[in-house]
Amino acid sequence: MTVLPLDVATPETTALATLPRLLAGVTPGQRVTLHQHLDRHGPMPTHRGRRAHPLLGQLASSGLRGRGGAGFPTTTKWDAVTNSALRPVVVANGAEGEPASAKDRCLLRHNPHLVLDGAQIAGHALRARRVVIWVHAGGAPTIAAVEAALSERAAAGIDRLPIELVVAPEHFLSGEKTALVRGINGGPAIPSGVRVSERGVDARPTLVQNVETLAHVALLARYGIPWFRSVGTTAEPGTMLATVFGAVGAPGVHEIELGVRLGDVIRQAGGLTQDVAAYLLGGYHGTWVSPNAVDLAMTHGDMRGAGAALGAGLVVALPAGTCGLHETARVMTYLAEASAQQCGPCMFGLPAIAGAVDELAAGVASADTVARLERWTAQVTRRGGCGHPDGAVRFLHSALATFKDDVAMHQAGRPCRPATPVLPTRREVLPL
Amino acid sequence: MSGRQTHRLRVDIIRCDGHGHCAELLPELITLDDWGYPVVNGGLSADVPPELVRLAKRAEAVCPVLALSLRKVDANADDRASARR
Repeated sequence: MTVLPLDVATPETTALATLPRLLAGVTPGQRVTLHQHLDRHGPMPTHRGRRAHPLLGQLASSGLRGRGGAGFPTTTKWDAVTNSALRPVVVANGAEGEPASAKDRCLLRHNPHLVLDGAQIAGHALRARRVVIWVHAGGAPTIAAVEAALSERAAAGIDRLPIELVVAPEHFLSGEKTALVRGINGGPAIPSGVRVSERGVDARPTLVQNVETLAHVALLARYGIPWFRSVGTTAEPGTMLATVFGAVGAPGVHEIELGVRLGDVIRQAGGLTQDVAAYLLGGYHGTWVSPNAVDLAMTHGDMRGAGAALGAGLVVALPAGTCGLHETARVMTYLAEASAQQCGPCMFGLPAIAGAVDELAAGVASADTVARLERWTAQVTRRGGCGHPDGAVRFLHSALATFKDDVAMHQAGRPCRPATPVLPTRREVLPL
Repeated sequence: MSGRQTHRLRVDIIRCDGHGHCAELLPELITLDDWGYPVVNGGLSADVPPELVRLAKRAEAVCPVLALSLRKVDANADDRASARR
């Protein structure tokens, strides 16, 4: 499989009023040091005194939503951990278990101080007892970058609450919020079904926030609400990081305004290098869409309305010569193997489903293969201990709809020849 | 005006090992999927009609791994009892 040069794509800019924001001052392949970070953005805002931290009110008006995939309003998540008399724990989620996503590792390797500022600011605003950063996101180079940044911060004494680095295992579910809480608590990093906002790390209310979301917090706290809302849409302001690859001229992590069209993202990523069969949006719990969907707006709301998913900002342009069913079958097998093996419907249902998709992809589907698929997908939906089975089914259903013509051909025993795989199912494929 | 109390039956699918005793005792509410795991109202939880509450309590007690729970909830209230996500 082709190794993709997925690095940060950073257009030149001098004004923070436009883009990039998270990637401002970032040189591909180099980490922004604490000194450079403070030179560019100034000191981290601090707040003293007993009145409520101003950020708590700002967050509500900012419209900031999580960048981990669900797009949940950040203010709601923060409020959820303030209901208890117990001081909460803040966790920066840098697991990036999604094999095809590179945005979190890019951010952590190139601009970790934005993330660490955001985590520190959140910890301070929420009167947290601990602040933890949970990292895998590409393994050793990412962990080293975070460790180096933490050393710089310790030497400068800028963190009132020392940020603890906990290394996450590398698997798809390691970024699931109950899994990471379980891992930080010393158990296996697999889902537990608890409500982490009530009882998480150290049995305390726990805020789990994607590292990119915290980077936006760090900028919002410095530059304020009007600045934050000056790009993006009214409902979903700001920028986001998108991982773009496949049949595009400049694959990589690109920072985009929320609300731009899918076609704009493709243009920013160098335009199409060949015809595409479809786009995969969001991630492996996301959705395939037709090549005509270039007018889709990059917001959670617009995507949801169109039956698609913005997810964690993945955009893959599947080349026309690559069979979407084969790609889907490979990913379904990966998702089945990614099961935490705790819940019957997932650990038995997903492999059964993946097997049936394999039959379809190979052109050896029997008359009842599709009926079995429908039966099993209905049986696993809403019956997992986490969102994994539902996400896998969503991905599959979007494939069956988007590749309808291919499905018919394969069912008739005329499958496409397998081409070079595009979607990674092993981490090493994205060498960042 | 106080809310009417109802009973909610929920399967902790992480604990569940697919013994199937619950479905045997309460077939009106619980069936088994193709792999032997309980299906409750198409998912993992359901309101229990008053006439089935006694049987539901027995099903809860008989689960070998304590994966079944029966909780009283106020009608139309959020089910906070199980601290689920």
